[in-house]
Amino acid sequence: MEQLVHNFFNFEILSQAWPLLLAGFWMTVKLTLVVVPLGLAGGLVVALASTSRRRLVRWLVVIYVDFFRAFPPLVLLMFIAFGLPFLGFDPGAFIAVALSFLLNTSSYYGEIFRAGIESITRGQHEAARSTGLSVPQTMVYVVLPQAVKNVVPDLVSNTLEVIKLTSLASVVALPELLYAARQAQSLTYNATPIIAAGIIYLVCLWPLVRLLSRFEHRQIALH
Amino acid sequence: MQLERLADTFFNLQVMQQYLPKIVEGFFITIQIALAVVLAGIASGLLLALVRAFRIKALNFFIILCVDILRALPPLVLIIGFYFALPAIGIRMSAWVATWLALSLVLMAFAEEIFWAGILAVPKGQWEAARSTGLSFVQTLTDVVMPQAVRLTIPPLTNRTIAITKGTALGAVVAVGEILYQAQTAYSFSYNPSPLVLGAVAYLILFIPVVYFGRWVETRFAWKR
Amino acid sequence: MSGDRPILEVRGLHKSFGHLEVLKGIDLAVRKGELVFVIGPSGSGKSTLLRCCNRLEEPSSGSILVEGVDVMAPGTNINAVRRRIGMVFQSFNLYPHLDALGNVSLALRKVVGQSRAEAELAGQAALERVGLAEKANSFPNELSGGQQQRVAIARALALQPAILLFDEPTSALDPELVGSVLAVMRELRESGMTMVVVSHEMRFARSAADRVIFMDHGLIVEQGTPEKLFNAPDHQRIKDFIASIEH
Ligand SMILES: Nc1ncnc2c1ncn2[C@@H]1O[C@H](COP(=O)(O)OP(=O)(O)OP(=O)(O)O)[C@@H](O)[C@H]1O
Ligand SMILES: [Mg+2]
Repeated sequence: MEQLVHNFFNFEILSQAWPLLLAGFWMTVKLTLVVVPLGLAGGLVVALASTSRRRLVRWLVVIYVDFFRAFPPLVLLMFIAFGLPFLGFDPGAFIAVALSFLLNTSSYYGEIFRAGIESITRGQHEAARSTGLSVPQTMVYVVLPQAVKNVVPDLVSNTLEVIKLTSLASVVALPELLYAARQAQSLTYNATPIIAAGIIYLVCLWPLVRLLSRFEHRQIALH
Repeated sequence: MQLERLADTFFNLQVMQQYLPKIVEGFFITIQIALAVVLAGIASGLLLALVRAFRIKALNFFIILCVDILRALPPLVLIIGFYFALPAIGIRMSAWVATWLALSLVLMAFAEEIFWAGILAVPKGQWEAARSTGLSFVQTLTDVVMPQAVRLTIPPLTNRTIAITKGTALGAVVAVGEILYQAQTAYSFSYNPSPLVLGAVAYLILFIPVVYFGRWVETRFAWKR
Repeated sequence: MSGDRPILEVRGLHKSFGHLEVLKGIDLAVRKGELVFVIGPSGSGKSTLLRCCNRLEEPSSGSILVEGVDVMAPGTNINAVRRRIGMVFQSFNLYPHLDALGNVSLALRKVVGQSRAEAELAGQAALERVGLAEKANSFPNELSGGQQQRVAIARALALQPAILLFDEPTSALDPELVGSVLAVMRELRESGMTMVVVSHEMRFARSAADRVIFMDHGLIVEQGTPEKLFNAPDHQRIKDFIASIEH
């Protein structure tokens, strides 16, 4: 027990590591604030492209989405972080993370938006067109608002995954929460910073998890 | 000329040839971990959902707590916690086990939630009809409710399983010799990104069929809307 | 078994949901071969009464005996008793993942312990009794509402129950499908099956019931032959109720 407290819940170590952890936490927040909107926007583009009348465009979207669904995000990140410099362009860790997340998460968000758009009946399109709205207007004012509303639980769920995924940035030495924790651990020879990082993730993400299980149970119950 | 240099950098045949065996080795380790994760994760998730169906208050509280924690923590934090933090209190495990355990627990949590939602989706009338013919609680669960629940859960479960098994790449962080680790090591030895390309191709060979299987399952078991 | 012992005997049955007392002391005895019809306004406790009989709802107090076995006694194997009490639901509640024969034979295999072959033979016979022998391999979503309800009746019948409880068996059906279900029930009555039926099918009650029970606010207000209750009840609210049903 004493060993447990000393190694995992050591307040002295924690107070030493705190500034580092706090900086890491803010980096994680910053990363989230960049990566999530970027992914949402990319996803929307992907979903709209998938409704294109051109077969070629739809095909490209399918290939794009499947490619990134099959590609582990960490592999993508390393590829971009270590590979791009050979093209004579070193993006730096933050840009590398943002870019790989954009590619990865936009395919997931895209699938969600697409499902939402497909859940809107032909009648809605026809009603809107019959009142003189153009195709883009129909999309923006009639279809998308309903589509997004229908997939809110899936969007929240994916966003939770994206936030958790930001921990991968530690692998390319972006000093976010997990990286800071590992650094603090190697400086103090004590596991407390890692436990603390876990608790920080838990405290921040737990409300989202609760919200989601509320959604999910209702969703399937309505089948 | 540009193109030639590009090919020489990213598709250096000599480097690729040299490290191909390593990548193949990693390929099989990835498959090994992935299968072990799928089996352990889904089986334990199913078990937890079945236990939860008995609605024993204290037990369910505990299940929900564990599931919530596992859904809130990034898998990489779990792997690093298992591998680097647990030894401090005398619990040691290999990197392979740490990766497998972390991913299995995460899949367990998601699978439990999905199965449980499926159980809830089966109408109350099904329970009542079965119990009125004398089937016991357990018989009703196994013979009437679960066959219906599982059908509902297959598409979301397949997608979640694919997403989590891709996490085997996280094992590279604790030096499990799977694809990414082999590729990364080869890259740092050769200082040439060709092994990374090779690794990427290996992942695509492995997961593209899986993604298509997922799509097939999705249409095959499409939800009635 | 003595000839005049009731198949179903309910004594002083009370049932509350929280503070809401839904059954306020029901006494009822159903003899072998009798068809008892239960009518009453919505919320009067008819469904709750039926559901207490096989303990789908847990009674708050009182006792229930089926063929002399106390359903509430701690030593009673409720699943064995439920075999003897068939129940037919308003919404059929057929198992969507099993075909008609699978629906009918599941409990034979799992509760009675018959082999698959035995169970399917008995199941086929039960389907024949409701006129659906040729639908044995159809799934519920391939059957009409009337056919689904007849499969549900066969599911209860296959267990050779001592008594069948019907909770509004025709309320969820389109009018043109009601007849086929009532025909099956009439045939069951003729073959001597003991039945308790909650329903608004007054014409059927007039022609087939031995006894009609009127319930209101958790109590049996009046009971008697169909002629008595429908033509000259002692209570004005029964007249009003019947008028409201038959327009
Ligand atoms: N599980 C329950 N929890 C709380 N209240 C219940 C429950 N089941 C029934 N009730 C209440 O008990 C009362 C009687 O219900 P019951 O279903 O027995 O009536 P009923 O006579 O069958 O009515 P109907 O003709 O509408 O089917 C109603 O007021 C109902 O709201
Ligand atoms: Mg009722």
